[in-house]
Amino acid sequence: MHRFVYTRPASAADAVRAIAGAGPGARFLAGGTTLYDLMKLNVETPSNVIDINSLPELNAFDTSGSTELVFGALARMSDVAADPGLIHDYPALSESLWRAASQQLRNMASLGGNLLQRTRCAYFRGGQPFACNKREPGSGCAAQEGINRGHALLGGSDACIAVYPGDFAVALVAFDAEIDVLGPNGERTIALEELHREPGSTPNVETVLEPSDLIIRIRVPVTSLGRASAYHKIRDRESYAFALASAAVALQMSGDTVLDARIAIGGVATRPWRARQAERTLIGRALTSDTARSAGETALQGARPGNANRFRIELAVRTIVDALMIAKRRASCR
Amino acid sequence: MENGDRRESGANLDPITALPTQIMVNGTAHTLTLDPRSSLLDVLREKLGLTGAKKGCDHGQCGACTVHVDGRRVASCLTPAVQAQSRQVTTIEGLSTEGGDLHPMQQAFIDHDALQCGYCTPGQIMAAVACVHEGHATSPEQIREYMSGNICRCGAYVGIVAAIMYAAPKMRRAS
Repeated sequence: MHRFVYTRPASAADAVRAIAGAGPGARFLAGGTTLYDLMKLNVETPSNVIDINSLPELNAFDTSGSTELVFGALARMSDVAADPGLIHDYPALSESLWRAASQQLRNMASLGGNLLQRTRCAYFRGGQPFACNKREPGSGCAAQEGINRGHALLGGSDACIAVYPGDFAVALVAFDAEIDVLGPNGERTIALEELHREPGSTPNVETVLEPSDLIIRIRVPVTSLGRASAYHKIRDRESYAFALASAAVALQMSGDTVLDARIAIGGVATRPWRARQAERTLIGRALTSDTARSAGETALQGARPGNANRFRIELAVRTIVDALMIAKRRASCR
Repeated sequence: MENGDRRESGANLDPITALPTQIMVNGTAHTLTLDPRSSLLDVLREKLGLTGAKKGCDHGQCGACTVHVDGRRVASCLTPAVQAQSRQVTTIEGLSTEGGDLHPMQQAFIDHDALQCGYCTPGQIMAAVACVHEGHATSPEQIREYMSGNICRCGAYVGIVAAIMYAAPKMRRAS
């Protein structure tokens, strides 16, 4: 592993000052489950590691507010997943957390770090002799003609088809979440849907954040769609695996008729993927297996499969259908 | 991966990056000077001689390195040891006293044949103890979900679930 200087600032403002002063090779360390892992693989070779775990102001979360849910960026995935208010009123958010990783990793991983989790593309993690534009810009993309069973169907480019691996961000996008970011020039707000970039020709640039930006909290507007929501995740094994396809959905129903719907999908796209057109196909109609199927097909309409992942188009459609049916049941037993 | 632990001892520590660190392990305080690259797993095994926690994948994927930090189970291979500053670490060696009775979970693993080669077992047992403390050991289904971070390549899963189901009420009575 590359040598680095380790520091432990005592406030968010100190942390931002420290990273701005340390130059472009510095990284914030939260739970470490992504960064330290990638440092062992020499994917990440920071000159300075700025440990933000001593910033108690970022640990808290509150799901009882009347206008929004507020999550400190350092709240741990396991603690938030177990919050009774979240389980009851926003099951999709809780499920997206406890269906991710293992309890060991959820005890470690922070929410802010989880949003920035980097892809599990084996070519990205493995590096040489395989080309990866995300790891080494300009080197090419071995996944295009390689083993791309797990790669993206949506949002890819000729330069990169690596999947965004997270679950929580997918559920947050369905709920119009925002993040507050502290940078050298103060605090600003970013819609979560705007946080992650599609790879385009620069897959190494994954978000709109500046190098010195620190995510300090996540905010979710309170909505009546929360209770009839679900995060459905299909994996190669039943637990502790990344999604082959996942769907975060939320419904507002009047009888069988959909008044409002949210659909976001994961495991199949290069970023958390909100499927607004699919949502619109449902509004004002009865939710049946046919209308759910047509929403699922709409969501996958632009899919561009490679040589080994075509089956995941149908898998993703069915994942959306199943998620909608789970949410519908939840709507009826409110 | 490079072997950060070898460079650990004495003369080769980089004076610019090395950090004095106090860690409480199984009730004993240790003052160490650590390379910030070292994982908690490597420090436990190579500096403190506590070889119960195992290095399986070294990437947080197998659970063999599971220990408790401040009572919560974590992957010690993905924990930089300097992050354990002022924290309480418990390893399999700290679960029962030498010469004393085994922890109910250790005994249950023996009684239910919950291991074959034994390599994953310290991690399984540390995860299982935490699983009970968290309240996630109330049914076989829940145990399978909350123990999924611990891989057993011998496939002793049936015995592991049985052991946890058996030990959970004993642990609850004892606490």
